[in-house]
Amino acid sequence: MALDAVLAVLVVGVAVWTVAARDTFAAVVGFVAFGLLVALIWVRLAAPDVALTEAALGSGLTGGLLLGASTRLGRTEAEATGELPGGLLQFAAATVSVLVSAGLIALVLLLPEPAPTLAPKVAANIAATGLQNPVTAVLMAYRAIDTLLEVMVLLLALVGMWSLAPDHLWGGAPGRREPADPDGVLTFVAQVLLPVGILVAIHIFWVGSVAPGGEFQGATIFAAMWILATMAGLANTPPVMRRSLRLLLIAGPAVFFAIGLAGFAIAGAFLAYPADYAKLLILIIEIPLTLSIATTLALLVAGPPEQEPQR
Amino acid sequence: MIEPLLMPGSATAGGFLLVLAVVLPVLGVLLSLALGGRHAERIALILMPAGLAVAGATTAAVWRTRAVLQYFVGGWYPPLGVAFRADGLSAVMMLVTGLLICGIGLFARVQFASPEQGEGRAPFAFWTLLLAIWGGLNAVFLGGDLFNLYVALELLTFAAVPLVSLDGRAETIKAALRYLLFALLGSILYLLGAVLFYGAYGALAIVILSGRVRAEPVAWAAIALMTAGLLAKAALYPFHLWLPPAHAGAPAPASAILSGLVVKAPFFLVVRLWFDVMPGQPQQAAAQILGTLGAAAILFGSVVALRQARLKLLIAYSTVAQIGYLFLMFPLAVKPVTGHPWSTFAWTGGVVQAISHAVAKAAMFLAAGLIAEALGHDRIARLAGIGRALPVTVLAFGLGGLSLMGLPPSGGFVAKAMLLSAAVSEGQWWWAVVVLTGGLLAAGYVFLVLARSLADPVEPLRLSATISPGRQAVVLALALCAVLLGFVPLRPLELLQIGRPV
Repeated sequence: MALDAVLAVLVVGVAVWTVAARDTFAAVVGFVAFGLLVALIWVRLAAPDVALTEAALGSGLTGGLLLGASTRLGRTEAEATGELPGGLLQFAAATVSVLVSAGLIALVLLLPEPAPTLAPKVAANIAATGLQNPVTAVLMAYRAIDTLLEVMVLLLALVGMWSLAPDHLWGGAPGRREPADPDGVLTFVAQVLLPVGILVAIHIFWVGSVAPGGEFQGATIFAAMWILATMAGLANTPPVMRRSLRLLLIAGPAVFFAIGLAGFAIAGAFLAYPADYAKLLILIIEIPLTLSIATTLALLVAGPPEQEPQR
Repeated sequence: MIEPLLMPGSATAGGFLLVLAVVLPVLGVLLSLALGGRHAERIALILMPAGLAVAGATTAAVWRTRAVLQYFVGGWYPPLGVAFRADGLSAVMMLVTGLLICGIGLFARVQFASPEQGEGRAPFAFWTLLLAIWGGLNAVFLGGDLFNLYVALELLTFAAVPLVSLDGRAETIKAALRYLLFALLGSILYLLGAVLFYGAYGALAIVILSGRVRAEPVAWAAIALMTAGLLAKAALYPFHLWLPPAHAGAPAPASAILSGLVVKAPFFLVVRLWFDVMPGQPQQAAAQILGTLGAAAILFGSVVALRQARLKLLIAYSTVAQIGYLFLMFPLAVKPVTGHPWSTFAWTGGVVQAISHAVAKAAMFLAAGLIAEALGHDRIARLAGIGRALPVTVLAFGLGGLSLMGLPPSGGFVAKAMLLSAAVSEGQWWWAVVVLTGGLLAAGYVFLVLARSLADPVEPLRLSATISPGRQAVVLALALCAVLLGFVPLRPLELLQIGRPV
């Protein structure tokens, strides 16, 4: 109880600090801390799957993206402070935010107790999916179509971001090439962390069928390792027109679609699995799906093509 | 092990068509990504007739059976699983979308021609995103589950926003970013509302919710949040700020898709929420607010359109105004009891407005694109002589304008006449005044463009590009469709009523 109270106060405090921070970099740091605290709250609410996702995607990957953006905005920061909205507008925005929050709090308190839930139905039908983790059952079986389309959204975000490149750089590698520094601290960190990180990613992915974890969380850690390797200059990002990269990007959703369409014939419906092979088929989907999501996430952080294409 | 839950009836015979309608374009996106280069364009051109055939077959199946077509994805029934459902409204929207995508795709072949060797940035992005938008729109029209619809909206947003900045100019990137921020704010509000619905009633399927939702604060808040989010995406006044720079800055085929189709998806979902999720609830006061915003959009958008110096911005502000008409449906059609005769009339008028504006506006944006290409600019003051140089294109623009003004014969006339009669018959005459004033203002800005185009140029017009007759023919065909909608006898409008709650 005391821990919950401390957490609640901390989260609100960090949130206010993040909004109030003048410096973009400071605000990003606040945002990352906020994400980690929210992940702790999910743990306290006995939702470890959500906690893992919040820590990996909400705090980690988004934090990385924001950090990259704040570095690029550094030069224009002084100029932008001059364009801050006036006091009246800030006051109005704060008032609206407080009112909306108060309204939402009131609504949450109005929700029926005990909350109506589908959890018993999820549990009652889980045997047909061959899985033990109810969250994975929802994502890969009951609502597989949502997961499939959500992965497509990620891919489209990547296509959209790539389309921001100037025409002459199309086909080049995303982001800037970081020079390798064999004696650098980052290189050392990367060399130590990479094998460990990849093992953790595989573990998180693998336990997804029985325990909290799964392809999105595993993929985020994979992506983080890739980003670390490119930041340390150990590897360059691949050119956006390379065929193998394109195939890696689409492998997951393509296999998902293939097995989904096969479902018409072998299980009587699109995205249905025959009960005996459900777990195996889901695993066959999840392996390429994890790789595709990891590649997409890493490339989203890398940015649009910025290096001259090699012709 | 599958427990049949609450769903009346099972999957219908043609249900797989609904899966194809979503899967075909999305598979096309994956193939385009994998093969790249010229293949993106080829895949889109091959899928266009296939997708149109699926939409046609779906419409035929709904019309023949006079019933909702449905499909349970994965064989799981709601509330656990997700259902795709096609009622008359979904079928008609799918059909119109298929027709427009085919027309716009044919038109775009010149502008987004793939290079002989390698891969061009803009062509690759355009053809891939075009297919993604098609898949997203079909998913919105067929979705029967509030969260699945959220994913569909996200698909649509992330496919639509990059189209705005395809030419890479700084101002269009700024417009795209503003569009993205409004659209994401809309997504968050929509998602919040969906979460509240699940928290209060333990289901996300529209069919189940419509039986459980009661008139209480949680439901009102949920529907208010979702509606606000959807209004931001639909650019209803005062959330229209992002629309003019985005729709005017995009390349012409992209503008046609964005203005004609993409903003109709959030409107479609507002209709779903207000008439399917909460049918028969007393929400007339809220409906009056929607109507008032619609009226403000009509008056503001039309007046500002009149004052534009550039043709594409004029058409974009006209979209702001025409979106307003869509929302006049709500004060006229939302009734405490269902089956009110004028309610059906107003509802149908709103839907016909969505369809006819889609077709007319696509034709007008494409016509404006050809005019801008021929002249090298789109300044309205310097249009003199273009009527003689591109008579077919200017005629198409005028025919599209006919529908915006609401003059017969055109789809716009049918829509506005229906809204007008509903307003007068229900004694809500003030909406009739708005419809008529909006029509006059639209006549003003369309006439402005036509008068300039048909004037004799002071010095002989020098065209910076020649325009092929084929592209002009596509634009004219679309404009003629907008006119032909005015000849559709009332019987097919029954199609729209299939699957509506009675």
